Amino acid sequence: MKTNQIALTTGLMKTKSLTLSLVLGLGVFLGVNSAQADDQFISIPSYRVGPYGQNGQAFYGGFVDYLNKINIAQNGINGVKLAWEECETEYNNAKGVECYERLKGKSGVSKGTAIHTMSTGISYSVLDKSQADKVPLIMMGYGRTDAVDGSVFPYAFPLVTTYQMQASAIVKFLVEKNGGSLANKKIVYLYHDSAYGKEPIVALEAESKINRFKLVEIPVAHPGNEQGAQWLKIREENPDYVIFWGWGVMNQTALKAAQKVGFSREKIIGSWWAGSEEDVMPAGDAAKGYMSATWNVSGKSVPVIAEIEKVVYDAGKGNLSDKNKVGTILYNRGVSAAVVTVEAIKLAQNKFGKGKVMTGEQMRWAFENLNITNQSLNALGATGLLPEIKTSCENHEGSGKVKIQQWDGTKWNLVSDWIEGNKALIHPLFKASASEYAKEKNITPTCLKN
Amino acid sequence: MIYRESGQFKTSYRADSQVFPILQDRIGFAVILFVALLVIPLFASEYWINAILIPFLIFSLAAMGLNFLTGYAGQLSLGSAAFMAVGAYAAYNFQLRVEGIPFLVSFVLGGCCAALVGVLFGLPSLRIKGFYLAVATLAAQFFVVWCLTKFPWFSNNSSSGVISAQNLVMFGFTFNTPETKYLLVLAIVILMSVLGKNLVRSATGRSWMAVRDMDVAAEVIGFHLMKTKLLAFAVSSFYCGLAGVLYAYCYLGAVEPDGFSLELSFKILFMVIIGGVGSILGNYLGAAFILLLPIFLDIAMPFISGILHLPISNSVVSHIQVMVFGWLIIFFLIIEPHGLTRLWGIAKEKLRLWPFPH
Repeated sequence: MKTNQIALTTGLMKTKSLTLSLVLGLGVFLGVNSAQADDQFISIPSYRVGPYGQNGQAFYGGFVDYLNKINIAQNGINGVKLAWEECETEYNNAKGVECYERLKGKSGVSKGTAIHTMSTGISYSVLDKSQADKVPLIMMGYGRTDAVDGSVFPYAFPLVTTYQMQASAIVKFLVEKNGGSLANKKIVYLYHDSAYGKEPIVALEAESKINRFKLVEIPVAHPGNEQGAQWLKIREENPDYVIFWGWGVMNQTALKAAQKVGFSREKIIGSWWAGSEEDVMPAGDAAKGYMSATWNVSGKSVPVIAEIEKVVYDAGKGNLSDKNKVGTILYNRGVSAAVVTVEAIKLAQNKFGKGKVMTGEQMRWAFENLNITNQSLNALGATGLLPEIKTSCENHEGSGKVKIQQWDGTKWNLVSDWIEGNKALIHPLFKASASEYAKEKNITPTCLKN
Repeated sequence: MIYRESGQFKTSYRADSQVFPILQDRIGFAVILFVALLVIPLFASEYWINAILIPFLIFSLAAMGLNFLTGYAGQLSLGSAAFMAVGAYAAYNFQLRVEGIPFLVSFVLGGCCAALVGVLFGLPSLRIKGFYLAVATLAAQFFVVWCLTKFPWFSNNSSSGVISAQNLVMFGFTFNTPETKYLLVLAIVILMSVLGKNLVRSATGRSWMAVRDMDVAAEVIGFHLMKTKLLAFAVSSFYCGLAGVLYAYCYLGAVEPDGFSLELSFKILFMVIIGGVGSILGNYLGAAFILLLPIFLDIAMPFISGILHLPISNSVVSHIQVMVFGWLIIFFLIIEPHGLTRLWGIAKEKLRLWPFPH
């Protein structure tokens, strides 16, 4: 009886302290404070831990550093300071949705300004929500790719390039490399067996018909840390090129496996998710000569990157604890995404009122009427960092251009100029897919004016 | 003292066998229902409804499904997420391919498809038990995800394999605001909970428990093992399937097969274990614990580190959050291995005596 009682009392005490901490916590929970009303609040659902944390750190580090630079060096945009908050998604869809909702509650009139999830899955999950909340969802270089058709997806922007256009651009690069024809050549498409890896297939099939090369598709199951069978198959097939849509740990594994079976890495061309320092460095020697597509250039030679280093890091406000990441592909990509976002805010302010906080709807107009030229990039110090972007309601992609880069063992070297995918071939595919979606969802495609 | 049932006399069998025999419980339940049905839709913020309450209800439903199978019938399963996927994809396809089918019908049909698949993968349970059965259900987990990825028909040839849930229209009413979606989920969860609670109190539930406690003895006293086990699989998968439908239509809006990963199955299993194996209330407690605690830590940690002026970055918060979450799970399992339900039971006992110790 006595012991029982003690157990019960301690149990109750625990319950009590538990209740207390719960109540305390609830206060924190409910006390969600919203952003200052005169700041342009940007929601950043980022990932810095989890399986793709390495990639996220560099990307979001660059993104935040550029925003910081704008605040420090230019005192915001026409006097409107940028404010932001990050929420860790761990690249998980459900967490991404929670983050989106949480940040939305804090964002005031801006509704988050522009959402960069850096994840196809999270983008799909918040697509409908962003539309309902009227805030642009920016998917730079990924998907939902058929959101290129802005009449069906007014608030979604797969800016710069999509998987399909990228695959098409890679084929174009190979055509040029082979003196204008790929006839009777054989190309293996080795891909991550997921939405990401499957989207380009339709583009590659169309390209293979036009350019008369033979396409062999070989999937790799997630996470792809064992590819022995696939590479044996590739050696059997003995293709002229391997187009490679890898992700995370799959990338280094593929390069090592290629070295093992003696397949020349100079004949492998990866997508932009498979073309960062984080992907090739762990493969060591095996990565030398490997090529990949990219929609931004690496290095600190771009003036704006050097400026960030000076203005932000020297002031001790740098976002990255590992400063070596500054100037890497993914870091510069984060900067590029921030550049586009900031340019869109400027454009919106020019139309709707300088010095005001822009709403999600106004930002949508800006993203649909972007016109970033080489000239304007030069003015920003972002010379050649990313391709020119000109969007419209019919074309939420705005560019479709990538460069091809090659890894020399220590850094990425560019081996091509901006290459545009075959728009005439690929964009009708988007259109068809988007109208299918519109039918499923009962949407009447219309271009929004404002 | 406040929780004493003395003076409450049962005068009929009906009164004796009701779900909440104690008046205080009935009052408490009525208050919860009142809050859930009226106060929350009127006053809760969008964030609370969309990001916390809807997934909480959906996962409670999924956990309930698994609890029938694991907690009541004693069959360990690791395929809950797969059954959710079957439900979601089946409902999507019924809605897409059958002209003019009402949403509720395709929801139920989605659950039925999940039940069918559940029965199929439940067949090995007739021969194998325990951990071996868990491995067999693991096959369901991988097979279903593979199947949905492999055959584009299931996702209506979407190049990415992702399906987007159609706009939810029932009885001429469009469920497009968080509040309406919440109420729909709540209505379904209440209905299924009432059914579930009564199911486990009925002969079916008793037959499950008999099989769980000793299947040979259960067979000797006349329970048909095959029927009982497969029924448990069917009911369990139906609940999971329905949860999957709601997950796709009322929560995420767009789902891909990879989203229904083994990780999700584990999550549901942990909800059952933490909440309380073999109880209905436990599903709610477990779902709340597993879903809310990480979010709570996520919000509270930067707040606390802000007060204490600790230089904690976002990624450190995430790491600490995982650690604290792990500790809390171990802590709770040590102080009460039977889950939060049992903790609640102990609290009730205490309240009965309070403030007098004897």
